[in-house]
Amino acid sequence: MKFTRNWLFDHLETDHPFAEIIDVLPMLGLEVESMVDRAATLAPFIIAEVISAEQHPNADKLRVCMVNTGSGDPIQVICGAPNARAGMKGVFAPVGAYVPGIDLTLKAGEIRGELSNGMLCSEREMEISDDHDGIIDLDDEAPIGTLFATYAGFDDPMIEIAITPNRADCLGVRGVARDLAAAGYGRLKDIDTSPLEGSFDSPISWQLDLTPADEYLCPLVSGRAFTGLKNAASPSWMANRLTAIGQRPISALVDITNYVMVDLGRPLHAYDIDKIDGDKLIIRRAKPCETMTALNEKTYELDEDMLVIGDANGPDDLAGIMGGERTGVSEATKSMFLEVAIFDQISVATTGRKLNIHSDARFRFERGLDVTSPEWVSGYVARMVMDICGGEASHVVSAGAGTAWQRNIFLAIDKVERLTGIEVPKDRQVAILELLGFSVSEENGGWQVSPPPWRGDIDGAADLVEEIGRIYGFDHLPMQRLPREHVVAQPAVNVKQARPLRLRRALAQRGLTEAVTFSFLAEKEAVMFGGGDDCLRLVNPISADLSIMRPSALPNLLSAAACNQDRGEADVAMFEIGPVFFGDKPDQQRTAVAGIRHGAMAPREWHGSRRIVDVFDIKADVEAGLSALGVRRDSLQIEEGGPDYFHPGRCGRLLQGRKLLAQFGEIHPSVVSHFGLRSALVGFEFFLEDVPLPKSRGPARSYLKMSPFQPVSRDFAFVLDVELPASQLLRTIKSAAGSLLSDVQLFDVYEGENIATGKKSIAVTITLTPEKATLSDVEIESISNAVITAAEKNCGAVLRA
Amino acid sequence: MESLDAVSSEIIDAIDIADSLDALEAIRIDALGKKGRISLMMRELGGMNAEDRRAAGQTLNRVKDDIATAIDAKQKILAAVVLNERLEAERLDVSLPSRPHTDARLHPLSRTIEEVIAIFAEMGFQVAEGPDIESDYYNFTALNIPPEHPARQEHDTFYLPADAEGGRKVLRTHTSPVQIRTMESQDPPIRIIVPGRTYRSDHDATHSPMFHQCEGLVIGDGIHMGHLKGCLIDFCRAFFGVDDLPVRFRPSYFPFTEPSAEVDIGCTRQNGALKIGAGDDWLEILGSGMVNPRVLENCGYDPEKYQGFAFGMGIERIAMLKYGIPDLRTFYDSDLRWMRHYGFLPFDAPSIHAGLSGGGI
Repeated sequence: MKFTRNWLFDHLETDHPFAEIIDVLPMLGLEVESMVDRAATLAPFIIAEVISAEQHPNADKLRVCMVNTGSGDPIQVICGAPNARAGMKGVFAPVGAYVPGIDLTLKAGEIRGELSNGMLCSEREMEISDDHDGIIDLDDEAPIGTLFATYAGFDDPMIEIAITPNRADCLGVRGVARDLAAAGYGRLKDIDTSPLEGSFDSPISWQLDLTPADEYLCPLVSGRAFTGLKNAASPSWMANRLTAIGQRPISALVDITNYVMVDLGRPLHAYDIDKIDGDKLIIRRAKPCETMTALNEKTYELDEDMLVIGDANGPDDLAGIMGGERTGVSEATKSMFLEVAIFDQISVATTGRKLNIHSDARFRFERGLDVTSPEWVSGYVARMVMDICGGEASHVVSAGAGTAWQRNIFLAIDKVERLTGIEVPKDRQVAILELLGFSVSEENGGWQVSPPPWRGDIDGAADLVEEIGRIYGFDHLPMQRLPREHVVAQPAVNVKQARPLRLRRALAQRGLTEAVTFSFLAEKEAVMFGGGDDCLRLVNPISADLSIMRPSALPNLLSAAACNQDRGEADVAMFEIGPVFFGDKPDQQRTAVAGIRHGAMAPREWHGSRRIVDVFDIKADVEAGLSALGVRRDSLQIEEGGPDYFHPGRCGRLLQGRKLLAQFGEIHPSVVSHFGLRSALVGFEFFLEDVPLPKSRGPARSYLKMSPFQPVSRDFAFVLDVELPASQLLRTIKSAAGSLLSDVQLFDVYEGENIATGKKSIAVTITLTPEKATLSDVEIESISNAVITAAEKNCGAVLRA
Repeated sequence: MESLDAVSSEIIDAIDIADSLDALEAIRIDALGKKGRISLMMRELGGMNAEDRRAAGQTLNRVKDDIATAIDAKQKILAAVVLNERLEAERLDVSLPSRPHTDARLHPLSRTIEEVIAIFAEMGFQVAEGPDIESDYYNFTALNIPPEHPARQEHDTFYLPADAEGGRKVLRTHTSPVQIRTMESQDPPIRIIVPGRTYRSDHDATHSPMFHQCEGLVIGDGIHMGHLKGCLIDFCRAFFGVDDLPVRFRPSYFPFTEPSAEVDIGCTRQNGALKIGAGDDWLEILGSGMVNPRVLENCGYDPEKYQGFAFGMGIERIAMLKYGIPDLRTFYDSDLRWMRHYGFLPFDAPSIHAGLSGGGI
């Protein structure tokens, strides 16, 4: 919502400086978005007369001008404009002036040997238009020495304020003035809304073609005809204001409708009576497939949900949104019919959304107008039309029963204090409401308050409290600490919510950097990772790359790795904890924990630690992650295999019993190359919901028994089938070694020379920690034999010679 | 028999000029070894009468001690020389780079969320959560935003296909639906915050289709807008670490609160740099208000009995302001250079007792 200072002062009589008013607007809920004060930027520019303009002795295209600025001696200026001539009046910028269009502060100087002490300016140099054909050539009567901004009417600053959806009343300057007056910043001036008696019957009348059930679509409409009009350019005061708020003046009649829309927040529509087919304007639902060309010269196909106004020829006004081209006014218009209507807000919003038309009228209609305005605005506008365009006005014609807008809301005397903590004196509460247009009558313990017809947003007592509170000032809010229920604060997260916090740190300690990627991705990648469900496809995606909810956090991490690789960072180790989606129900959203490694574990460096990442790096990551969540490593089983985005021979699952906890492995080479990655990539993923919460045993640890006896280690090398998983051998050894076993480490895997084809050698060291006494050779021997026998029996493993 | 003095001084001299541990050892054997010159002299004591033996013995023992002491002293000197030689030979160029270690970083978003949680935990809040895919009802209608309400247009909603029952699903445009879910499932008093992902179909320099919000909801006896003010001032000052941070409440509009207020914090802008704190300008950082009675009714609460406040803030925004991160879009780029610069070390958990700002590392 844009307006100018003087426009506001048409409605507000005030002694307060304008700067103070600008400062208070946001505190009333009217956020000032910008202010443009051309008087300030144009302050140094004054009207001057060119006394003489002689050819520059050293430059063909320059002239040496003597300029009378109205005070002091004439000033010499070198000017290159073709239209500079003796006797003309122009705009002069003295030395020291900042010229915005060329971003330069003027200095005294010489141009080709001749002194120049200022500048004669073009419109573009002052940033008032793009015109740069020559310097400004003012009328002869322009007063020398006065400010150009004042002379040209540019001394009226423009203010733009943001209007929240509830404040339709402030989509007119008058509403803003009313708020200011209520807050004590002046008095709301009266405007003449008295009826204007017409002098003839309108040749056009209304016809509401609506079923009783549809009457809500247009509860009230009025109109009147004007004849004998002269639709020339609007007067400069009006044109200047419209220009200042960024609207192009078109013709007086169009400008008047636009002006009143901003002035009173009341959109109007003007028809050229000579273009209306018949003598009726019919308000009705559009027929299926009917079309209409609107004032924006676009043709729209309509449907039955849209309200239109038409004549015998068809629809030519999208009710509350935009008029039609066929019956609109033009400079040739002599007779006009002016529409002042109320339409259903939702109907306007729906139609506007369907047709994708964003107009100032729609913006106001869908937020709600003064529902009584068809009754009172007609006289106000008629006087304006006849003042500017002459002619005569008809009697008013109207249709519709109007809206039952009057309602009472009870406001308890202590409601404001109860809800806001602010103590507002009783009489001040009443005064604020009355100044805002509410009528207030006292009732037991409070007031009955009736909102004015322009405040459709007022729904209940809380809204009244807001009105009183914001006008009285939120500065009065007391600062009240929340009562503290516990002296020592309780945890804000529960056991489940604490897990990501811990997990994040565990994975970062492993060297994985945390990423936050989008919850959506491209369909192709969703499908590649097991997703692509129709119910997760966005109806209105922002791009094809972000069109479907992700089934896994891995693909976005792969994309991120590719981006980093392309920026020269091929060694990537990253994780993300975030949502993934297996359906559109709340319980089908899960929290994925995914990690990837790409490239090498270390940079090229002289210690030789550089190594291409492999499955065992990522396996360590996923194990660390699960451990951080309290999953005991010895409770996990491992199984080969995984989804088909993994390398079929290099992936595995971690299970607890039959329950799948996590998957990890090398990503399938074809997936890796799809993402444009150039090195092997390993990854893991699990879902937090799958990981059981550790059984709560309280904070105390179990009793630790530490043996005072020396542990002993024994090494074994077994030869076994290459196909047999190492985990099976380890499990066998663990159970065979018995209770004294404190550690098993697999320290070598070997295939090749000295080992038969199809076989591999696995070397392990076991550590036995005695509990009661140092182990004897016999005891060690016996445990060793048990290990060897079990390995042979369960795994076909033979002790290597 | 040789003169004891001559022998002694000869040996002491030899010790003095010995230039290696081996030479010293040879001298020791020659003097004090089993067949050493001093040892042999000791042996000769056996042939003396008692009186002579005592006198000679004392002298001889003193000489022997002197020699042993001299050898020990010399040995220390020579050992030090040997050690020094070895150390010299073992010299390394310590200016060579150390073994590589990767400091992985945590994302400023999760960090900021943890800071927010830490502060609100102090004020007795619990974290609540809700789904990212919401029904139209929870995201809008229950929050007093009926269909075709102009406020909906400001939400730039992402839609999903209608479900089997015809219910329209949306990606939640704010964390506010969790207000409803919480009030539906529990009785007052309520103090929750809801950090989470939110979505709007807008993508430019200052908008991302996905971003994060943190909702807050307090319902209880006699909770009024003054408590809202106190709570949010306490939060802003703790979060930004500025004790005298000016905080301003400005009337605004949200369909689910009434009255509603935007919250601004004080700042100064100089030469393009923004400084949070008392200054001549204001910066909008969050929206808030008293829960609209319509919303309370929608959740089955009696608005005459219960009242409270709600607020919502953009996590990216407060993180950008606090940590001087200039561009919203970079949060989701997963650019390792950015993470190394703006990320946080994993051991550095924000807490009230140890600090909320990460010490700048």
